[in-house]
Amino acid sequence: MNLATSIIGIAAYLILAPLAGGLLAGIDRKISARMQGRFGPPVLQPFYDFFKLLEKEPITVNKVQDFYVMCFLIFIVITGCFFFAGGDLLLIIFTLTLASIFLVVAAFSSNSPYAQIGAERELLQMMAYEPMVLIMAVGFYLVNGSFNISDIVTSPVMAIQYLPGIFLGFVFILTIKLRKSPFDLSMSHHAHQELVKGLTTEFSGKTMAVIEIAHWYENIFLLGFVYLFFANALAWSPVLAVVVCLATYFLEILIDNNYARMKWQIAINASWIVAITLGFVNLLILYFIS
Amino acid sequence: MSYVTKSPWIIHYDGSSCNGCDIEVLACLTPMYDVERFGIINTGNPKHADIFLVTGSVNEQNINVVKQIYEQMPEPKVVVAIGICATSGGIFKECYNVMGGIDTVIPVDVYVPGCAARPEAIIDGVVKGLGVLAEKRAAMDQKPAAPAEAEEKEEA
Repeated sequence: MNLATSIIGIAAYLILAPLAGGLLAGIDRKISARMQGRFGPPVLQPFYDFFKLLEKEPITVNKVQDFYVMCFLIFIVITGCFFFAGGDLLLIIFTLTLASIFLVVAAFSSNSPYAQIGAERELLQMMAYEPMVLIMAVGFYLVNGSFNISDIVTSPVMAIQYLPGIFLGFVFILTIKLRKSPFDLSMSHHAHQELVKGLTTEFSGKTMAVIEIAHWYENIFLLGFVYLFFANALAWSPVLAVVVCLATYFLEILIDNNYARMKWQIAINASWIVAITLGFVNLLILYFIS
Repeated sequence: MSYVTKSPWIIHYDGSSCNGCDIEVLACLTPMYDVERFGIINTGNPKHADIFLVTGSVNEQNINVVKQIYEQMPEPKVVVAIGICATSGGIFKECYNVMGGIDTVIPVDVYVPGCAARPEAIIDGVVKGLGVLAEKRAAMDQKPAAPAEAEEKEEA
């Protein structure tokens, strides 16, 4: 991928990702409501929420938490820019981890017990999904001989043909990353009694709006990983990839509405078992056939 | 136009209610009434909330809780008293430990009487509260640079 396409990729991501992410969140809420037999909010509701949060009085527990939350947004956006510029997969994975750590540090800095429980659980969640994410990167390397996303999307082979186990494993941990039940442990909308709002308990107003928009950016490039499994040099493969991304998101909504929240022990055990059985075995087979 | 009326998040606190009104408040969230179609979310966090729904009267035990929840909510905020106990103390008015309605402790914007208040009445009260919310938001714009502490309220 040359410089021009990289710049176009970054510009498109910066402008379109929050719009697409917000819309996706709105469609998510509408579909969830319909699954529960409710009418549901307008599709543009996440944008109303966002602008509402900007209008609220700013209250901060301490000034440093706003700094960390801002870092969270900036590093999420940088990660997405690396991704859509066709950058290095390993770099993307580690900057994403860095961004998540900033959010955790922001929550810890408030000293609120609820935020701390949420932050602790967020760390446990990261422990749960990181092995699978790294296995995914190794899998892409074994198939394409490169960590560069620009090489992966222009490769002659479709990665899913060699990485079906890793794909399923990634969809499994995507439930954690998209903050869906049964693994919405750290900042659930539904855990009032137990967590208040977990990770985001102490964030309000503009700070909360920053977190919302960061999540929209994040969700879009998380679906980008799903895209990578299907995109290759063939002309029709991007269409297939986008369809699979939407289908995956729908599946996550379905799972979200069908499961109650589980304990963090189950989240870690389940995702490590999936990483070992689906991910690692897939890698082994790939290693022996290549 | 103010977005605060399109996305009112609610915090619900049970003062010393008999749970009758609480059940009606929660009934508003069910598929039958579905207040999420107005963008209303029942959040458990005062710092995310715009509308404070209180059921039941205020007594010596929960007076500080009510005050704290109210103070933690960022402006603009609206208080809706649900049920006759929250409005005036109701049949508990004469009790030795009861202060009376919610307005004896914090300013109340909308009263929804009833025993128990019906879900339709509660939704109507919240929608009336939205008008107050919009007015308060407009008032915030008119005096933006009042005291420096109003700009950034910092908590210990």
